[in-house]
Amino acid sequence: MAVEVRIPTILRTYTDGAKAVDGHGDTVAEVINDLESRHGGIKERLVEAGDLRRFINVYVNDEDVRFTGGVETPVKDGDTVVVLPAVAGG
Amino acid sequence: MRYDDLLDSVGNTPLVGLPRLSPSPDVRLWAKLEDQNPTGSIKDRAALRMLVEAEKDGRLHPGCTILEPTSGNTGISLAMVAKIRGYRLVCVMPENTSIERRQLLAVWGAEIVDSPAAGGSNEAVRVAKGMAAEHPDWVMLYQYGNPANAAAHYDTTGPEILADLPSITHFVAGLGTTGTLMGVGRFFREHKPDVRIVAAEPRYGELVYGLRNLDEGFVPELYDESLIDARFSVGPRDAVRRTRELLEQEGIFAGISTGAILHAALAQAATSVRAAESADIVLVVCDGGWKYLSTGAYEGTIDEAEDRLEGQLWA
Repeated sequence: MAVEVRIPTILRTYTDGAKAVDGHGDTVAEVINDLESRHGGIKERLVEAGDLRRFINVYVNDEDVRFTGGVETPVKDGDTVVVLPAVAGG
Repeated sequence: MRYDDLLDSVGNTPLVGLPRLSPSPDVRLWAKLEDQNPTGSIKDRAALRMLVEAEKDGRLHPGCTILEPTSGNTGISLAMVAKIRGYRLVCVMPENTSIERRQLLAVWGAEIVDSPAAGGSNEAVRVAKGMAAEHPDWVMLYQYGNPANAAAHYDTTGPEILADLPSITHFVAGLGTTGTLMGVGRFFREHKPDVRIVAAEPRYGELVYGLRNLDEGFVPELYDESLIDARFSVGPRDAVRRTRELLEQEGIFAGISTGAILHAALAQAATSVRAAESADIVLVVCDGGWKYLSTGAYEGTIDEAEDRLEGQLWA
């Protein structure tokens, strides 16, 4: 099971500059743990006490995971996971 | 329809069916035409309400200077109200916004302070907060945290929609300050709680997310995630494609953020069709396409339009 994980500029120090990396797992949490095994340090930038950090948004196929089960949101082969910092609109 | 003053004509916008974009007779799309407000965007509602509330509580009095961080529409709305009421307006605006927004702000007499493109509206907020500290006599209405922004939609946008379409099942709007979704969301939670509230959030190019550190991230103080049920991130390609479909099929010339909202609304419509449920889905047309002609969103191929929007704050 592989998903594509898109990494924002600010976190590419953990992925040797890669804009997107492969991730494995059945949930967002498992994918993040998988990323941590190859890109040490990235997990604590994304999650805190088991939840997404306040200024981090994660989308599976463009839908915000906070409304689909949080880090327990399921992912499947071929899904795209986008990680973005929260920004203002208006 | 007759009004004594332009400001009295804000709101009460038409709700029109989208019969050619609706997927079936049982799953219908409806558009709330907020471009028909006096300055051509939904922001007239929030701007008027924020200003009136500040006058009521005594923070604003004639001769005051108003300061606001804005990517454009709120500034344009505030400039119109400020001109009528006699205030000076200073807008802090990211430099990667369309030329038309600058021209319109100038037309209504607002002064513009540029904030850096990198970081987008986050930077505009940061710069404006710095200026507010330097000028304690200026009044920052601060759309991201001002309850009057959401109250405008709770008191007007939500009730107008429910009166026009009592069978509404979904409301889809853009997520920027979150004012529209918070106000309309709260209204429906209280008056018709089975209505699903769906947010469409623009996804920009990398430049806009180029923060120096994650602690510079920004979530508007108004935002309460319990008032929405789903949130979609929509990139420029889908937004432009849908903006053009709305024009081609329904004849509505809308801005690019409306395309992002239509994209989320059509996804919702497809879900309802698959579930064999009937649905009345209301989406917001935030503004017309006039202010975005120079971005090239309406000409050439989708690829070309997408390339031209890279790095722009298009919503």
